[in-house]
Amino acid sequence: MDDKLIVGGREFGSRFFLGTGKFGDKEAMRKAIVSSGSQLVTVALRRIDLDETDENILSFIPDGTTIMVNTSGARNAAEAVRIAHIAREAGYGDWIKIEVISDSRYLLPDNQETIKATRILSGEGFVVLPYMHPDLYVAKALVDAGAAAVMPLGSLIGSNQGLKMRTLIEVLIEEIVEVPIVVDAGIGRPSQAAEAMEMGADAVLANTAVADAEDPPLMAAAFARGVEAGRMAYLAKMGKERKEAAASSPLTGFLYDE
Amino acid sequence: MKITVNGKAVETTEGMDLHRLVHSGKADPGRVILVLNDGVVKSDRWSLTVLSEGDRVELVSFVGGG
Repeated sequence: MDDKLIVGGREFGSRFFLGTGKFGDKEAMRKAIVSSGSQLVTVALRRIDLDETDENILSFIPDGTTIMVNTSGARNAAEAVRIAHIAREAGYGDWIKIEVISDSRYLLPDNQETIKATRILSGEGFVVLPYMHPDLYVAKALVDAGAAAVMPLGSLIGSNQGLKMRTLIEVLIEEIVEVPIVVDAGIGRPSQAAEAMEMGADAVLANTAVADAEDPPLMAAAFARGVEAGRMAYLAKMGKERKEAAASSPLTGFLYDE
Repeated sequence: MKITVNGKAVETTEGMDLHRLVHSGKADPGRVILVLNDGVVKSDRWSLTVLSEGDRVELVSFVGGG
């Protein structure tokens, strides 16, 4: 089936994006990336203590995978822009996930600062994928500001609550036709990833649900299949829900008819 | 000589260059991205770059993130 996702001019065979946070060890992360089939992963940028002996995460990301640096830790547009600049100057940052958060309890994105950062960075040639609270006017403003995709949260980051924002995301899917819609955050199960794709989302980004699983590579594969199944169902066009039964077998010629 | 490293005031010797600073700990230098004042300094420039009083150094690295 030729069903490629195109984001920022790049073609993706997989519609599942994987975050690299919270994995117990980097080898499990590498295996999860491989078994997920994901061609895009996110990483973060943090201060390093010169005495820590962690391995370089980049050497565990398979060649050919698109690396998207997130701006986590940024509390406003200026901080997000600075993180993006550092990532780019370091040689890794054309793809940026904008994440501007100043609320540490719910980790909700600041839509207004996100729009500002999107405008600045896309003006500088970055491929910008903003993480946002699903609001139609904000999504339109993000498209206007040059976003390569719009990434509404399914539910709170790391909550595994699934598609609490379902109705609002459906509005974005319906109305935002210029760029892909990637459901990011809160997707806790493969069935929820499938549900997002059945709705018509273009891709799903997950992290916690995979990294927290007892067997992350197996869960990554399960998510990949969920995303694929949902996508196929969307393309196949599902039947309508009915209030009453509709027999699957013919209603004539019963054996015991008089 | 006083400089700031990752937001903390640090006393360092005169003539300290970025290469020696990065290699002063156990961390894999290959992981380190070094921001001096406002710009990234690539590793091939580290030994040529001598720190001055009041310099602000950020040592950062890519880590797992969603």
